[in-house]
Amino acid sequence: MSPTVAVILALAVGTYAFRLVGPVLHGRVELSARVQELLSAGAVVLLVALLATGALTEGDGFAGWARPAGVLVGGVLAWRRAPFVVVVLGAAVVTAVLRLAGVA
Amino acid sequence: MRTANRTPSSPAVLPEIVRDASLIWLASGIVGVSFGAIAVAGGLPVWVPVVMSLVVYAGSAQFSAVAVLLAGGGPLAATATGLLLNTRTAAYSLAVADILGSGWFSRLAGAHLVTDETVAFALAQQDPLRRRTAFWVSGLGLFAAWNTGVLIGALAGGALGDTDAYGLDAAFPAVLVALTLPAVRKDAAVRRAALLGAVVAVAVTVTPGVPAGVPVLLALVGLALYRRGAAA
Repeated sequence: MSPTVAVILALAVGTYAFRLVGPVLHGRVELSARVQELLSAGAVVLLVALLATGALTEGDGFAGWARPAGVLVGGVLAWRRAPFVVVVLGAAVVTAVLRLAGVA
Repeated sequence: MRTANRTPSSPAVLPEIVRDASLIWLASGIVGVSFGAIAVAGGLPVWVPVVMSLVVYAGSAQFSAVAVLLAGGGPLAATATGLLLNTRTAAYSLAVADILGSGWFSRLAGAHLVTDETVAFALAQQDPLRRRTAFWVSGLGLFAAWNTGVLIGALAGGALGDTDAYGLDAAFPAVLVALTLPAVRKDAAVRRAALLGAVVAVAVTVTPGVPAGVPVLLALVGLALYRRGAAA
């Protein structure tokens, strides 16, 4: 089995197992509110770390200015409660335009 | 959700749900296109993003697993990162367990449709019947939109050439900004934990010789501040 197939299989089985927790445990066990809080806080911490490294770094170096500038504009749009599509496309367009203008 | 306060069981329930859910489908379809394009442009064969989207069906985990793979982080780090991101679906599945229906088939099939967007959409509805309708309609539609988008992006990925020129590399962090901002904005403890985690992750990333995927896992040390903050 190729490593890529193994990753897909492990992710698929593991993720489906997480998703079955509710239907299987329904009416039998209840997660404490504290555990649910910690799970969702952990997910947010991971996602913010992903966005920070994704916005700022490429390999083990700096990603250049165009990408973080685009993400920053996306962040401002999100802060102003712009629709999801506007946030995502806004970030991409700003980065693309900056690169077109010669910013790395 | 602007339909949430209408009277239950009105005959117009289904069109209303479809209208609101279609915004989520459109947004996710576009993100799916970018996922397929990024994966293929990064050097993965077309079937990888397509099959992954069908059987894993979790946007952020797919993005991060592919990012780790493309960065040469290795299969273990890619799997660990994706699975850690998906632990939250366990909590979601508990939240919607009574919405899915009572039969085993609807539970098994419904479990696969548990995503951030579908759960949030379903829980925003007022009565049980609407919640169930909203879950299945938005869930099945999202599954179709996401996978169609990924297929289009994967097929176009090679033709797109250098996706950086289109700013697609900024799209994924922007998606995460949009998804995390509400939680970060409203909860100071989450904000502290996420800030520390992000600083740690970036610092470890620019440290030479650390495998990709590890920096993001290390971000979980940020949860130390979350505990302290909550206890204070």
